[in-house]
Amino acid sequence: MIKAVVTVVGKDKAGIVAGVAQTLAQEGANILDMAQTIMDTTFTMSMLVALPQANDFNAMQQALETTGQQLGVTIHVQREEIFDAMARV
Amino acid sequence: MDTKQIRETIQMVAEDHLDIRTVTMGISLLDTVGADVNDTAERVYQKITKYAQNLVAVAQQIEREYGIPITNKRISVTPISLIAGSANEDEILVLAHALDRAAKEVGVDFIGGYSALVQKGFSHGDLALIKSLPRALTETDLVMSSVNIGSSKAGINLDAVKLMGETIKNITDKSDTANAKMVVFANAVEDNPFMAGAFHGVSEPDVVINVGVSGPGVVKRALTQVKGQPIDVVTETIKQTAFKITRVGQFVGSLAAQRLQVPFGIVDLSLAPTPARGDSVAEILEEIGLEQVGTHGTTATLMLLNDAVKKGGVMASQQVGGLSGAFIPVSEDAGMIDAAVAGTLSLAKLEAMTSVCSVGLDMIAVPGDTPATTISAIIADEAAIGVQNNKTTAVRLLPTNGTKVGDMVDYGGLLGIAPVMPVIEKSSADFINRGGHIPAPIHSFKN
Repeated sequence: MIKAVVTVVGKDKAGIVAGVAQTLAQEGANILDMAQTIMDTTFTMSMLVALPQANDFNAMQQALETTGQQLGVTIHVQREEIFDAMARV
Repeated sequence: MDTKQIRETIQMVAEDHLDIRTVTMGISLLDTVGADVNDTAERVYQKITKYAQNLVAVAQQIEREYGIPITNKRISVTPISLIAGSANEDEILVLAHALDRAAKEVGVDFIGGYSALVQKGFSHGDLALIKSLPRALTETDLVMSSVNIGSSKAGINLDAVKLMGETIKNITDKSDTANAKMVVFANAVEDNPFMAGAFHGVSEPDVVINVGVSGPGVVKRALTQVKGQPIDVVTETIKQTAFKITRVGQFVGSLAAQRLQVPFGIVDLSLAPTPARGDSVAEILEEIGLEQVGTHGTTATLMLLNDAVKKGGVMASQQVGGLSGAFIPVSEDAGMIDAAVAGTLSLAKLEAMTSVCSVGLDMIAVPGDTPATTISAIIADEAAIGVQNNKTTAVRLLPTNGTKVGDMVDYGGLLGIAPVMPVIEKSSADFINRGGHIPAPIHSFKN
C-alpha cells in the first residue's frame, strides 16, 4: 500500500468534493483524511489517500488530472513520503 | 496530515522554483580501455548505454510521483584523457563522439568528463584532449569538458594556464557559445554533479548516483519574512531553509539510487540560479540588504550565505559533497545580469566574490578581442585564490567575437544572456609567457 496527498485548488463551485471523491473511488483509493477550506473565493482541499498498489499511481494521477480539467480546478498528487522527508529528521 | 507542511512544500515548487537541478550518474570508464581508440570508443558507448539506460525513465517517474521537478538528468564519466593515454588529437575526438552518441541514446541532457587533470604536468593524452577541445565542443552537442590546472597540493601549472587561454580563444573562433561547455578548474572535486565541470573521479566506485539540489527562490522567500532583523536571524533562516531543500535532495537521490540499484553518492547542496526571475542568488543578497549586487557588502553577504547553506545542508544529508554553496554565474542569474548591465557588478568584484562562494568566475562575457594571455592571467588569478585558500575555483569565460563592452549576448535557454564586461587592457603577456609551475603554498605540506 502507498499513501499519497491529493491537493485541489481552484474557483469554488458545486460538486468539486463529489467529483474528486468519485474519481478516487473508481481508482480504488481509500480516503484516510481530508481538510477543506475556502480562502476568499478559492477552494482548497488536501486529502490523504491510500492506494493498494504502487503501480496504480500513474493511473490515479491521470484520472485526477482529467477530473481536474472537467471541474476547472488544479489537482496535484504526490506520494506522502516527500512531505515527511522535508519536515522531519 | 499537516496541511501547513503540505502547502509549504507545494509553494516551494510551484512559486519558488525549488527543483532537483540534476540527478547525475557517475560511471567509471577505467575498464573500457581497448586495443585502439575505436575499440575503446565502442566499449565506452556500450558501458554508458547499459548502465544509464533507465536513468531518465526512473528520474521522470520520481518527478511524477513526488511532484518535485528534476530539471536535468546527466552522466559524468572518468576523465577521458585517462583512458586515451596514447591517442593523438584526431583519435581522441572519436571518444568525444562516442560520449555524445551514448548520451543521446539514453536521453540525458549532458555528459561531463571530457576532461584532463594537469595541475602537476601534462601526459600525452592530456595534451591531445586539450588540443582537441575546439573541435570536440563544436562537433558534439551534449559533451561537457573541464581541465584542472591547479590544486592546493600541486600548485599551478602555468603552462596549462597559458594553453587554456589560447584554447578558449580557439574555441571562440569556431563558436560563440561552445565555451559555455568548458570550465577551467583549480581544486576540482571528483563527485560534482553540476555541469560543465562534472567528471567521475578515479577514486569513485564503478557507478554512483549524485544529486544536485537548488532553490535560491526558496531562500529568498524565507528571508522576506525576517526583514530588518539582525544578521544572526538571517543566517539561521538560511540554515533552516537549506536543511529543508537538502532533505529533498537526499530523499530523491537515495530513491533514484535504490530504483536504479546503484550506490548513492552525495548531495551537492548548491544554490544554482536560472535566468528566471525569483530564481536568483543575486536577489538573495539584495534581500539581505544590498541595493544591488556588486556594491560594497556583496562579499560579506555572499560569505554568510555560502556558509549558512553548507551548515544547514550538512545535517540534512547522509553525505554532502560536490561544490556545495552558492553559484554566481552572471548570464544565468537575472539579478547578476541587471547589476552587470547597470555597471554595479565588475569583474574585479566578481573575483573577490569567488574567494567566498562555492566556485568561481562563471558565464562571464568578455570582448572578442581580449588577448589569450589576458584570459590566461584571469585564470591564474582565480586559481591562486583557490590554491591558496583550499577551495575550488573555476573560470568559464565567454569571449565573443565581434562584440564590445556593453553588447548583450544571448546564449539561449538556461545559459541565459550576458552583457559583455570590460577587462583591464594592460598586458599580462610577459607573466603568462614565462610558463613553468607555481609551487604549492607552504601550508599544503601537512604531512
